[in-house]
Amino acid sequence: MKTLTRAAWAAVLTLTTSAFAAQSEEKLAAEQILHLGNGAEPQTLDPHKAEGVPSSNIMRDLYEGLTSEAPDGSLIPGAAERWEISKDGKVYTFYLRRNARWSNGDPVVAADFVAGLRRSVDPKTLSHYSQILSSIVNAEAVTAGRVPPEELGVTALDEHTLEIRLKAPTPYFLGLLNHSSTFPINRRSFAEHGARFTRLGNLVSNGAFQLTDWVVQSHIRLDRNPLYWDNARNVIDAVYYHATEDQSSELKRYRAGELHWTNEVPLNQVSWIRENLPDEFQINTYLGTYYYGFNLTKPPFKDNKALRRALTMAIDREILVNKVTRLGEQPAYGWVPPGIYNYTAQRPAWADWPRDKQLAEARRLYAQAGYGPDKPLHIELRYNTSENHKKVAVALAAMLKQALGVRVNLINEEWKVFLETRKQKRITQLFRAGWIGDYNDAYTFAELMYSKHGINDPGYNNPAYDRLLQEAAVEGDFDRRREILEEAERLLIDDQPVMPIYYYVSKRMVKPYLAGYKPNIMDHHYSKNMRLLAH
Amino acid sequence: MIQYAIKRLLSAIPTLLVLITLAFFMIRIAPGGPFDTEKALPPEIEANLNAAYHLDEPLIQQYGRYLLQIIQGDFGPSFQYKDFTVNELIGAGFPVSLQIGGYSMLLAVLIGSLFGIIAALRQNQATDYAVMTVAMTGISIPNFVVAPLLILLFGVVLGWLPAGGWDGDGFAKLVLPVIALALPQIAYISRLMRGSMIEVLQSNFIRTARAKGLPEYRIIWRHALRPAFLPVLSYLGPASAAVITGSVVIEKIFGIPGLGRFFVQGALNRDYTLVMGVVVFYGILIILFNFIVDLLYGALDPKVRYD
Repeated sequence: MKTLTRAAWAAVLTLTTSAFAAQSEEKLAAEQILHLGNGAEPQTLDPHKAEGVPSSNIMRDLYEGLTSEAPDGSLIPGAAERWEISKDGKVYTFYLRRNARWSNGDPVVAADFVAGLRRSVDPKTLSHYSQILSSIVNAEAVTAGRVPPEELGVTALDEHTLEIRLKAPTPYFLGLLNHSSTFPINRRSFAEHGARFTRLGNLVSNGAFQLTDWVVQSHIRLDRNPLYWDNARNVIDAVYYHATEDQSSELKRYRAGELHWTNEVPLNQVSWIRENLPDEFQINTYLGTYYYGFNLTKPPFKDNKALRRALTMAIDREILVNKVTRLGEQPAYGWVPPGIYNYTAQRPAWADWPRDKQLAEARRLYAQAGYGPDKPLHIELRYNTSENHKKVAVALAAMLKQALGVRVNLINEEWKVFLETRKQKRITQLFRAGWIGDYNDAYTFAELMYSKHGINDPGYNNPAYDRLLQEAAVEGDFDRRREILEEAERLLIDDQPVMPIYYYVSKRMVKPYLAGYKPNIMDHHYSKNMRLLAH
Repeated sequence: MIQYAIKRLLSAIPTLLVLITLAFFMIRIAPGGPFDTEKALPPEIEANLNAAYHLDEPLIQQYGRYLLQIIQGDFGPSFQYKDFTVNELIGAGFPVSLQIGGYSMLLAVLIGSLFGIIAALRQNQATDYAVMTVAMTGISIPNFVVAPLLILLFGVVLGWLPAGGWDGDGFAKLVLPVIALALPQIAYISRLMRGSMIEVLQSNFIRTARAKGLPEYRIIWRHALRPAFLPVLSYLGPASAAVITGSVVIEKIFGIPGLGRFFVQGALNRDYTLVMGVVVFYGILIILFNFIVDLLYGALDPKVRYD
């Protein structure tokens, strides 16, 4: 026994030392130019108008917010080296780094952030994200055009001190400050170029990289910004963001060594990848819920909780994620995905029942709702055209038919048509949807089901739920706030306006010689944290 | 001749007008708008967006505004690619499509004609059957099957050529897309060429040339090639326009920033101005190419007169 322990210790010791040696003797590749697959062409490089993942990825390299993220996704100081939060949680004072520079040499000052934030909420900017800043004093009033942007609760106390005043304590506020809508703007460049300030040759950035090439629909090249305050630690000299809409082509380019990581993975090749490149296949939990919504404003789902519950229970999520989507997604029974900061994802009690019991209860509820073998439910199930959604839809229809005898008519619609049909709530019955959180807080999910929210497509309207959300929005005690939001989710699960299917995962191929890549729940990555090893 | 040219060009105007009108109203009828996303917009921002792009005006007024804009050569700002105007996007995409399309047409004409002539000269012999079988296969196997296979073989397995993208310098990035785009054209042209060459070779003036004792290569080169090329030429007009304005499939598979992709992306995103811009541009090009071919026809075929 004793010898065994000693042997084990020796093994551990050797392993640790060799691992340590490997890291310290890590040999870097001669050329440090990253090539990343980035999905669709970004819509804009204007941080205050940017939306969508492709734009956001590039924003993180170009600009730096007051806060930033470590490779594992945890919050770290960004352009602000430290900050203070007032006792009531409503006033944030940020102290900017004195050595921070824009790529044109200008110092990064508090007024740049003031200008950026004002521009973001200004309705003239046409930002799709101004709502995200609604916790700042007067933000909503500015966006609504009631007061000028100068009234926004943001002040430059001096060159390097910035004060932001909030309407209510907002626990996720620091996390918002690495969202591109809060990024600073170089006032000199903006004054000179106006709306064309994002163009090649005009764009001035304060992040680790600067724009050096932009061929629309092909690639965007960023080069090291030598004036970046932390440039000494950045190993990467340049980054290419390639527009890769076609996932199969992206994978081929990756295999040919032209890309160091892919934005996505073609689902029909997952088996091949698992067999041939298992070590390069990175799957990680992602801040999103894939679900189906019930239209609560029209029969058969209007005022029919039993039916909604019956359908939700009839779905075998384990089979769905293990046999249909096959990416290791987590089956979803609740609304908010697990892994969110200061929050416990809720799930209904029946989620842990054995399958037989779930099915029996589903059948009982189905009968209670007035349906049965003699009088089966006929519904339309809508999804937007995509291979993956189709697979899930077909499986759902089969499960509903098998478990309850529901007759499902599958309808697929092109994306924009689908969005419109969903929003109108006229002909939808059961429809596909998904939601990716904008920031790491349960509220980004909870607010979607608020009765007046713009894309509450099921038409969920429960005054009790709304009240809980309003309470949470002004609650200063973070623990109490968490309890309120958790209670709201329990209420939501009980009302069953949606049929949760699974929690999303992020998936991509990553070359083994790309060091510094760490999966995280937001799927945010910074090129300055990467390095290419000799291979 | 000049009179003919002017007449042709003037008759293009009503054609274009019909095209613009149809395209304008068709894209507007499609459900969903350019700013529909999964995110909810504050009503004020939505109103401002609509005002900024004049979407709040009655449709007929927007149509009038658009016509006026086009006359001045302005296709407007892109709805989707917010940092660019449609003119800039077409200006960026067209040279790329022109390059790929131009090379593949050149390749298609050279190789296609060569194959066609060879097949015609060896009519109903093994060479003929072999060439025509290859040509038939080339026509029937679609691009989206051939292109990935080419990439897999030359890009991934052998590693001789880039598997896609438009970032490197030099000629290498052009090779595979040009070949993939040219293959069906090669096949088509070789069949056309074979047919017309066989016909020409049976005509009287060729018999006369043979009777004079001219060597075979001179008969083909000097006397048969020109008339035999006419059907290929009339095919070249629409084919060049189609190929040069960008092959959607090839551009997507190879990640080439050409015009074809803008068209598809524009339609999917309801980027009204971008779709319209590309449609109008396509329209003008097709009219122009057909016009050029008609003029060339006169140069090659003495029987054609413009009056």
